[in-house]
Amino acid sequence: MSSAKRLEIVDSERCVGCQLCMYACERRFGDAGFARSAILVRSVGGVERGFTVIVCRACRDPPCAKVCPTGALTPRSGGGVNLNPSKCIGCGFCVESCPIGAVFWNYEANKPIICTYCGYCAEFCPHGVLRLGEVRGE
Amino acid sequence: MNPTDPLSRVLYIDLEHRRFWTRDRRDLFEEWLGGTGVAIQLLKEELPKDADPLSPKNVIVFAVGPLTATYPFGSKTVAVFRSPLTGNLGESHAGGRSATSIRLAGYGAIVIKGASDTPIYLVVDESGVYFRDASALWGITSTLTVGRILREATLGQGYRSIMRIGKAGEKLVRYAAVMTETYRHFGRLGLGAVFGSKKLKAIVIRGGGSVPIYDKRGYREVYKQVFELAVKSDLMKKYHDLGTPMNVLPLNRIGALPTRNLTSARFDGAEKISGERIAGEKLGRRLACSNCPIACIHLAALKEPYPDEPYFYKTTFISYDYEPIYALGTMLGISDIDGLLKLLDVVEIYGLDAMSTGVCLAWATEALQKGIISRRETIVDLRWGDFENYIKAAVNIVDQPNEFYEVLARGVEKASERYGGREFALSFGGNEMPGYHTGYGAHIGFLIGSRHSHLDCAGYSLDQKLKEPLPPRELVERLIEEESWRQILSSLVACFFARGIYKPEMVVKALKTLGYDYDVDGLKDLGRKIYEEKQRLKHELGFKPEALKPPERVLETESPHGTLNIEYFDEALRAYRETLSRIISQG
Repeated sequence: MSSAKRLEIVDSERCVGCQLCMYACERRFGDAGFARSAILVRSVGGVERGFTVIVCRACRDPPCAKVCPTGALTPRSGGGVNLNPSKCIGCGFCVESCPIGAVFWNYEANKPIICTYCGYCAEFCPHGVLRLGEVRGE
Repeated sequence: MNPTDPLSRVLYIDLEHRRFWTRDRRDLFEEWLGGTGVAIQLLKEELPKDADPLSPKNVIVFAVGPLTATYPFGSKTVAVFRSPLTGNLGESHAGGRSATSIRLAGYGAIVIKGASDTPIYLVVDESGVYFRDASALWGITSTLTVGRILREATLGQGYRSIMRIGKAGEKLVRYAAVMTETYRHFGRLGLGAVFGSKKLKAIVIRGGGSVPIYDKRGYREVYKQVFELAVKSDLMKKYHDLGTPMNVLPLNRIGALPTRNLTSARFDGAEKISGERIAGEKLGRRLACSNCPIACIHLAALKEPYPDEPYFYKTTFISYDYEPIYALGTMLGISDIDGLLKLLDVVEIYGLDAMSTGVCLAWATEALQKGIISRRETIVDLRWGDFENYIKAAVNIVDQPNEFYEVLARGVEKASERYGGREFALSFGGNEMPGYHTGYGAHIGFLIGSRHSHLDCAGYSLDQKLKEPLPPRELVERLIEEESWRQILSSLVACFFARGIYKPEMVVKALKTLGYDYDVDGLKDLGRKIYEEKQRLKHELGFKPEALKPPERVLETESPHGTLNIEYFDEALRAYRETLSRIISQG
């Protein structure tokens, strides 16, 4: 059994919408903001109803890799995908294929933003919403 | 500053001609940092000194700063405008997502000029401004509904902010608020009425970009330090646990909780509407502003049965904080939690400033009791604790069914000038009183603070730290020194709740990673300069410091520092006027 890492949403009801995870993801590149963030926190139809946290769940059989026409996205051993940007032509099929909306878009590079399962975002989640865990067997 | 930082881009919007343009104002951002510092300069440039606050000539400036979206607690937008409540400088700050959205759309400030002749709303993104018809939104009773409609009508979930006004703004109530993300407000001094006068119903700001950082490695390190101070020390915990309503019981204990129009400073029902009680019985959810790990926004879940059907309920989420509990709770003698929450909800729905509304209704209640006015004026019977009638009266302030409510919608000072009862009208420089009767620091702070707010210089906090009052001149110096440093916080723009983290040394360190070369003294000097610029602008707008005086009621009701005497006020205000004349003559 592989021990590939992935991000787990422990309990989205604990989310207060601070978006520190989104900022952390951009800070991987040393910058501030959201342009290259692979995670999104948005309200469920108004903040009073709480929040949805959208991040790649590292599927075993990822649809984004299946629709990639150039082999830029390939399944990662144990779950999820790897992106080879040099092969990517920016068609955006991956974005459309992901039913949970976890493939984001880098408009500057015209390529998808793919979670690398590094867990930096979880380190800055102050309220126990996110955790770096292992991909479990299906 | 970092030459590639888009902070210096200013977006100008002309509502009359439906035009917009951007200008690089590096000159202003280099000299004045951002937020308040820059906003004051932009207002000075754009606002004709004779502009009526509710005329198209009034100007609204929103500004953010270097810490916005880059560091934790950089979550506040500063708005400046000419206040329709005081007639002078209006400044109001709001949390939520507006600050980070403005910054990540690639702007440091937004200047709004002119007025539309028909209702409109604006959508702002990195490419500019869309002017959209809002005729169908005008007159909708609830600001919550307006938010719901705009959420569906615009893109950018998770990356946007929705500022809007309620009916109070449309009806030009001089203390109407602008709400953002439903539960945060540009509450004080009537920005909502300025929006209303411009037929501007809402602004949706969409910002999903990023800010290039000067020293990336240093940035990651300092960010982590700030984050850890926030979550691992006790500096911020209280704001998360109970939030600002933690103040109800301690203030009541020391006899500083203004009650029933400050006829008392202790409330017999304080336990029933304390932070502890509301959190224990009603707390439904906490929310955070963007990039804030603390989440001080507390929402109560109010579950109410429908009378017409068994087992059929509605659950409403209502934001509560200390100041609204004071103004709409203790000041009106309301100790019923559900009743208080219902009143807070109505004030939110209509888009009124909670503090001014409460103080106006408290004055009206006492005026009715004393026979200065009658039921002919108030229409409903105003009695301490009767939340149902207060709800009707709050709606009347917006609907203005008679002359009395038209006048009350102009603030407690105007109402007491017209009907009498000035001695118990709790107005400071034309703004209704905040919730602290702690002593001289609080009240002199309300009088001399640039926006007549407790947040200008935190005199309430000084009062509670001191065993004995300071000599009046020293008090004024201390208050001005605190207000001057706060100009830096509100230019960065950092939330004042994080002032224990953003001490001068930490600010210097954070700014360094963003490409600014300040030392502690340089920052403090800049704070004083911004304070002075503000005073000069107020002077040009006709501010009359010699007219400032405490309401008589303040001198009657005992404070934790005993009965306050007028000689102390006179001496402090003399010292303040001397400082002001020095600043103005240097300008």
